[in-house]
Amino acid sequence: MSKKMNFVPDLLPKPAPKARAKEGEVGRRSFIKLLSALTAGAIAMPDKAEAFNLDEFLQKHFHQMTDEEKQKTMARLEGEYNKKYSRDDFSVADGGPQHGVKYGYALNLSKCIGCRKCTHACVDENNQHRGSEERGDQIEYIRVLEMEKGSLDVEKSVHDYTHEVPAEGKYYMPVQCHQCNDAPCVKACPVEATWQEPDGIVVVDYNWCIGCRYCAAACPYWARKFNWVAPRIPDEEVNPDTHYLGNRPRYKGVMEKCTFCITRVRKGLNPACHDICPTGSRKFGNLLDKESVVRRIIDQKRIFILKEEVGTDPSFYYFFD
Amino acid sequence: MVDYLTFVFKSIRGMFTGGTRYRSWLAFLMGLMAVGGYAYYQQTVHGLGVTGMGDQVSWGLYIANFTFLVGVAAAAVMMVIPGYLYHNKEVKGGVLLGEMVAIGAIVMCLLFVVADLGRPDRMWHMIPPFGKFNFPVSMLAWDVLVLNGYLLLNLHVPGYLLYKKYKGEEPAKWLYLPFVYLSIIWAISIHTVTAFLYTGLAGRPYWNAAILAPRFIASAFCAGPAFIILVLEIIKGWTRFPMGDRIIGFLRGVVLIAGLINVFLLISEIFTEFYADSAHVASARYLFFGLHGHNALVPWIWTSITMNVLALLALISRKFEKRGVIVRNIPLLMLIVAIWIEKGMGLVFPGFIPTPLGEIVEYMPSANEWMVSLGIWGVGLFIMTVLLKHAVDIEVGDVKPS
Ligand code: SF4
Ligand code: SF4
Repeated sequence: MSKKMNFVPDLLPKPAPKARAKEGEVGRRSFIKLLSALTAGAIAMPDKAEAFNLDEFLQKHFHQMTDEEKQKTMARLEGEYNKKYSRDDFSVADGGPQHGVKYGYALNLSKCIGCRKCTHACVDENNQHRGSEERGDQIEYIRVLEMEKGSLDVEKSVHDYTHEVPAEGKYYMPVQCHQCNDAPCVKACPVEATWQEPDGIVVVDYNWCIGCRYCAAACPYWARKFNWVAPRIPDEEVNPDTHYLGNRPRYKGVMEKCTFCITRVRKGLNPACHDICPTGSRKFGNLLDKESVVRRIIDQKRIFILKEEVGTDPSFYYFFD
Repeated sequence: MVDYLTFVFKSIRGMFTGGTRYRSWLAFLMGLMAVGGYAYYQQTVHGLGVTGMGDQVSWGLYIANFTFLVGVAAAAVMMVIPGYLYHNKEVKGGVLLGEMVAIGAIVMCLLFVVADLGRPDRMWHMIPPFGKFNFPVSMLAWDVLVLNGYLLLNLHVPGYLLYKKYKGEEPAKWLYLPFVYLSIIWAISIHTVTAFLYTGLAGRPYWNAAILAPRFIASAFCAGPAFIILVLEIIKGWTRFPMGDRIIGFLRGVVLIAGLINVFLLISEIFTEFYADSAHVASARYLFFGLHGHNALVPWIWTSITMNVLALLALISRKFEKRGVIVRNIPLLMLIVAIWIEKGMGLVFPGFIPTPLGEIVEYMPSANEWMVSLGIWGVGLFIMTVLLKHAVDIEVGDVKPS
């Protein structure tokens, strides 16, 4: 048996960072898991929340559900999430877009110091997979690039800097989903599991995505993130205030992405990354409102669009001042 | 109807009877399938995390194999064109065999796509009217459609011809000829659409090049017929199937010409990439020379190029043609391997390296991924084997009405 395990080294579930104190026990448990998986067939799924679920299997595309079906589905999901994360306060909403609103984001590159606070606030708000230390596979929607002063070439950027910031001769460029108006990811998806909402937010139906990852190949901003394993969120860290098209917990094998914090912005709040930013580099608002802060920036500052030549017409702008 | 059922029954019986060598080959393929099945089970339980893929390189060995096999499937057309259009009798006999190879190849293509899905349980989302098929906008939706269509065409034409042959009747032209013409166009389209899958992505400069589609076709028409020649050699050596030398000679010619065009296009591509030294060059530089100390693909691509060139030189010199069965087929085997590497290591992987944000993360398939792939090859070769056996049985009269 141990020989077999060596041959297939990555089959064993990677121990979560906290559980790693008891190495031996984890090893034994995964050994039993592996055995039962081998013998008992499909019933022995590693995680009971992942077991086959007929309602989920037959669940329709978000656009094909009637309002009544949506309510039923969301109630079912709330029950499932409550059980999975041992709580009783889960809420899955489906608040729609507001009329006359189109969200836009502007980021001040002169101010950003590359502290990655936005990245982490985003993970907390949006219930991303926390990953495990040795795999380093926490899902993050925001990637902060350390750029050479005087260059806009992302290929010269450093992603995994650990030194103190801001460093001499560098500037910092956070990149997240640009909510493109001509979105390559939307065009690519073979099953319409991803689309742009009227307020500009590009969303994914996690119950419709088949996990082909064509959208990930299509996105020019590397903004689509895939659940390579069953996502893990510690019970006490989960955010129970969720949206069907946004931060509700996801499944193994589906795609996810930044939604400008759809749960928050559709309630009139700002995205979590905006509120956490200690330097005020992030400006968010309604592009259709001439008085909004983003609109004023676009109208008055020197803005630029990353990878403009790809022609995706994003709702995300960078500026210097 | 009864007639047809006996035909099916007898055919299936025929497929599984044979000498020891034949049966051990089938047993070996079933062994591969078992390995693949086990590995795929692991993948469904633990997720695609058991592969070497990640968010940086999000397609790997599966899609590489898929891309290669689309070429093999499309290549059956090389024999259809002269066989049916010019009534070249000898080639016509081989066409059936070519189409059997195509069926096996398409089944593998479809299996590789399924193996790559994160949610295979939701496959029905692609099937109208239950699902929501993003047609005609998504190139992947197109690809699924043309592949299934090609499979049906290739099942129909040889199936009908063999049934008629079994009954000893002349096939009715209108029942198969239109489909033959259609399948010629279709074969080109499966390959073109697969190329568009890549070239349509404006955010991936390495793929977003007009030369990709023609290169796809050229390399397909090189590796595909080479693969078919190997199959024909086996059938010729081990069965009583009537086959002259002309068909193999004809296919060797096709392989050579397509191979030369492929190399020419490769040189043009390298020239355009490196001479102008544009920003787009990063993926190509990574592939051919390595980038910032990352060079996992460099040995692969140069092996591929070397094998490609040596094999073509061997074919041009025609020195090996009259030699023993092993020696004369070595160049073909080399071409197949070279083009397989070119599709995977040369085309799919470097498209993701560096990422659109400039990060370099290398990819190597995991053991589990190799096992699943082997399993799928097992399934495809198994299907090819029994179908070819069936065609041979009928052709030499081992299976006939009582
Ligand atoms: S940035 Fe990527 S994921 Fe976001 S809308 Fe554009 S293509 Fe889609
Ligand atoms: S991974 Fe999901 S969202 Fe992306 S293209 Fe495939 S089905 Fe669509």
